[in-house]
Amino acid sequence: MANKAYQRTYTRLQAITKATVSLDAKGVANEELASVGGKLAQVVKTSGDRVTLQVFSGTEGVPTNAEVSFFGAPPTLKVSEQLAGRFFNAYGKPIDGGPEIEGEERQTGGPSVNPYKRRQPSELIPTGIAGIDLNNTLVSGQKIPFFADPDQPYNQVMADVALRADVDKIILGGMGLSNDDYLFFRHAFEGAGALDRIVSFVNTTEEPPVERLLIPDMALAAAEYFAVDKNEKVLVLLTDMTLYADALSIVSNRMDQIPSKDSMPGSLYSDLAKIYEKAVQLPDGGSITIIAVTTLNDGDITHAIPDNTGYITEGQIFLRADSDSGCVIVDPFRSLSRLKQLVQGKKTREDHSQVMNAGVRLYADAQNAKTKMQNGFDLSDYDLRCLDYAKDYAKELLSIDVNITITEMLDTAWRIFAKYFSPDETGIKQSLIDKYWNA
Amino acid sequence: MATTGIVTGIVSNLVTVKVDGPVGENELCYIALGGTNLLAEVIKVTGDKASVQVFESTRGLKNGDSVTFLGRMLEASLGPGLLSGIYDGLQNDLTTMTGVFLKRGEYTDPLDHKKLWDYKPLASVGDVVKASDWLGEVQEGWLPHKIMVPFKFEGEYKVKSLAPAGSYNIDTEIAVLTGPDGEDHPVTMIQKWPVKVAVRGYAEKPRPSGIMETGVRIIDTFNPIAEGGTGFIPGPFGCGKTVLQHAIAKQGEADIVVMAACGERANEVVEIFTEYPELVDPHTGRKLMERTVIICNTSNMPVAAREASVYTAMTICEYYRAMGYRCLLLADSTSRWAQALREMSNRMEELPGQDAFPVDLSAIISNFYARAGRVVLGNGQTGAVTFIGTVSPAGGNLKEPVTESTKKAARCFYALEQNRADQKRYPAVNPVESYSKYLEYPEIQRTLESIVEPGWIAKVLKAKNYVRRGKEMAEQINILGDDGVPMSYHEAFWKSELIDFAFLQQDAFDPIDSVCPMERQKFMLDLILDICDRKLEFDDYEKCRAWFKELINLARQMNYSEYKSAAFEKYHDSITQLLNDYGK
Repeated sequence: MANKAYQRTYTRLQAITKATVSLDAKGVANEELASVGGKLAQVVKTSGDRVTLQVFSGTEGVPTNAEVSFFGAPPTLKVSEQLAGRFFNAYGKPIDGGPEIEGEERQTGGPSVNPYKRRQPSELIPTGIAGIDLNNTLVSGQKIPFFADPDQPYNQVMADVALRADVDKIILGGMGLSNDDYLFFRHAFEGAGALDRIVSFVNTTEEPPVERLLIPDMALAAAEYFAVDKNEKVLVLLTDMTLYADALSIVSNRMDQIPSKDSMPGSLYSDLAKIYEKAVQLPDGGSITIIAVTTLNDGDITHAIPDNTGYITEGQIFLRADSDSGCVIVDPFRSLSRLKQLVQGKKTREDHSQVMNAGVRLYADAQNAKTKMQNGFDLSDYDLRCLDYAKDYAKELLSIDVNITITEMLDTAWRIFAKYFSPDETGIKQSLIDKYWNA
Repeated sequence: MATTGIVTGIVSNLVTVKVDGPVGENELCYIALGGTNLLAEVIKVTGDKASVQVFESTRGLKNGDSVTFLGRMLEASLGPGLLSGIYDGLQNDLTTMTGVFLKRGEYTDPLDHKKLWDYKPLASVGDVVKASDWLGEVQEGWLPHKIMVPFKFEGEYKVKSLAPAGSYNIDTEIAVLTGPDGEDHPVTMIQKWPVKVAVRGYAEKPRPSGIMETGVRIIDTFNPIAEGGTGFIPGPFGCGKTVLQHAIAKQGEADIVVMAACGERANEVVEIFTEYPELVDPHTGRKLMERTVIICNTSNMPVAAREASVYTAMTICEYYRAMGYRCLLLADSTSRWAQALREMSNRMEELPGQDAFPVDLSAIISNFYARAGRVVLGNGQTGAVTFIGTVSPAGGNLKEPVTESTKKAARCFYALEQNRADQKRYPAVNPVESYSKYLEYPEIQRTLESIVEPGWIAKVLKAKNYVRRGKEMAEQINILGDDGVPMSYHEAFWKSELIDFAFLQQDAFDPIDSVCPMERQKFMLDLILDICDRKLEFDDYEKCRAWFKELINLARQMNYSEYKSAAFEKYHDSITQLLNDYGK
């Protein structure tokens, strides 16, 4: 973002908040970038000659006579094959000690794909984790977040998923990553020998929060380059979107906007949708799949951030520590993949969806039995069998440590069903029972 | 001279314009940005400052950029060729746009102006006609498409001349009408109508008396929706709102289905236009796409056009209703539309109502629902617009402004429940809380009893009562324990479970179970009620549970089998056997 040869410089700020500055300037375009006392800023509002800018790195130390110059262009990223294997900050500057990228300069946060030009997602993304592949199968072109409390190992699971998924490029957008997590990703990618197909844009907790607002657009601009220009299958990892939304609320609050639920901006739904809807299956074979992390506050999914996210994304993967089996499991009740029926039984074995439903239904019966037990009631024989089943089911299928093929998952499920139940107790279609029961 | 102006302020897609002449509320304007024109709509005027919402991204727009006002509101183009169309919220044809990405300022015509249609006149020279009277007809696929006196024509007109039968494009003058002013007005096959204004042009709007069958048991039997009725489906995410709505779209008994994807996921629209050309309408055997129009403003498309999308969809429904067709409008989701209103209201710094929504939200929603209905046309024929909207309440809490406002406006309430969805009891419509006001209409009761059988309403109410009782008993059992309650509690609970599993739950992805015609619904309800009406006396609740589980399994296998097929009869016989063996 080099300064242009000729540009007017302003030196009189009229207002400063923690995240924004205002000044009088002419000929300024909406969303164009500027430098405020050497810090990168973006135009968010004009009213007459009064221009308001959000300063990404915060306004600490910015004086009223700071030099302001406008760049005449919105945020951009240089794209080329050179992006692969590199680590960048929120501005697209290398942080791995390597050289600057040479390539075509593209605007980030660009337009959306014409819905008519999209194709229906149909390619399965296997992860080896049965809680995902069996119950919540992922499909290329899907967008899905992990809903997890901060103490759960979501970044590890996400790294596992990314490295096992059969994709051409993995793009990491890290927002408010702790330095430890950043290094974890870096080592995980290096250790897997996958560095050459990974591009990372990272904003750590040591960096200013408002900078995070640039990360998703940067990551997705890179993703669009590989998916649209190169027809590649791209997986984008965004962690943590809750911190992104928090940054949005900081800016809107400083601009005196009326907050809606949970002090989030009224436009939160549209802001998040703009990011998640970049997930796409393109007509020429390229695709962008987005797996994100939305951290929760004590499992509360009614908070505005997970709530709006849930309405936008195609399901969610819910992680929870299970005391009965001692594992972290993919919660079968709260997790959902909306696109799973596009591949289940089509790209996988015919019994997939019925086995999945029966497994979850029986697990629900086990939860009811557990409640009865906790309330001090006598348990029936069926209740006891359900409880035993639930332990096996959690350990052998729901646990995030599982790494087997989908056919193995189905066989495992049939085996556990037969161990504790009669065929009619599973409620599975008779034709499938005939074929797979004790097969 | 058109009014012009210059941009004086920008916050996101709200732009303030200083104008040099008169402007109207909801008038459109073009804002020039480089070589392209961005369409915008006036939403507020203060002195010579107009606040306009831009239907596109305002990136790069500057103060001082020029604005031209168009002197009209946002209008839909109405004419043959709308069926099977895929439009954005402003009725741009998405299929004729170039490039993979949407381009700012690219506006495409919703109708094909070159295509020739086989036209024949229906009116005669000398006829006295009014707005929406039929002048002629063209064959739009399977559908005889009426060419009408434009809705905008006020008063009585006399047909001066009519084009003879022939092959014409939509711009051809097919009639000349002499107006009350004595002037001649040419009429083509295309007319325009401002989307935010309800189309009148009918003789009367009686109370709905017919039923729109959906093939979904929990709707048709438990909470039927009227033809020309209104309903809404609120529910937290992941409860099957979209699956239920798509089931209604596929199976609903309507001539035309307009789907407004309003601020929702693009992949859901992709599903429609990928699958509908292959799927068959269970009522006519034609391909579903042949009766479908898609209006799509997905969540990442500009917010202001989201609001327009539901109005555009409604206008297209009203247009076909005026031709005497039964239309079904599905809007997913009206909450996104309300949020679009909220975003603009916030940017204009209006005093907010509850949850920061604009204070007139309730009025806007009821006005919109009021556009649905069954109408009697000037020529005595009837048409209908049935409207079902989904609502996405924040946090799944139904005590929020959009749900509450909609509850006042819509007559059917299909409450999706997280708890049912967690247990995979789909469709997750709460059988106790949900209602259809139409079930209380004497007209509707008469219709149902004539289609199904006399005494049907009493049966439905009885089944509902079994479900309600079962729920109460379940609570008691939970509090007092299996041993702490009389056996009759267990029986009542399991009877409600039987109704739930064998009747209310339905597999939307199973080719047979997904569509359940009224005759089959009656058969199953009779079978189940017969069991529920029996006095059962188990001596052990374990036996009771096991017996009902077996029954439920058999009844579900029946639902998965072709109606009256050998397999169906086999499971039916097993149930009879089980009932005969009871107590032995």
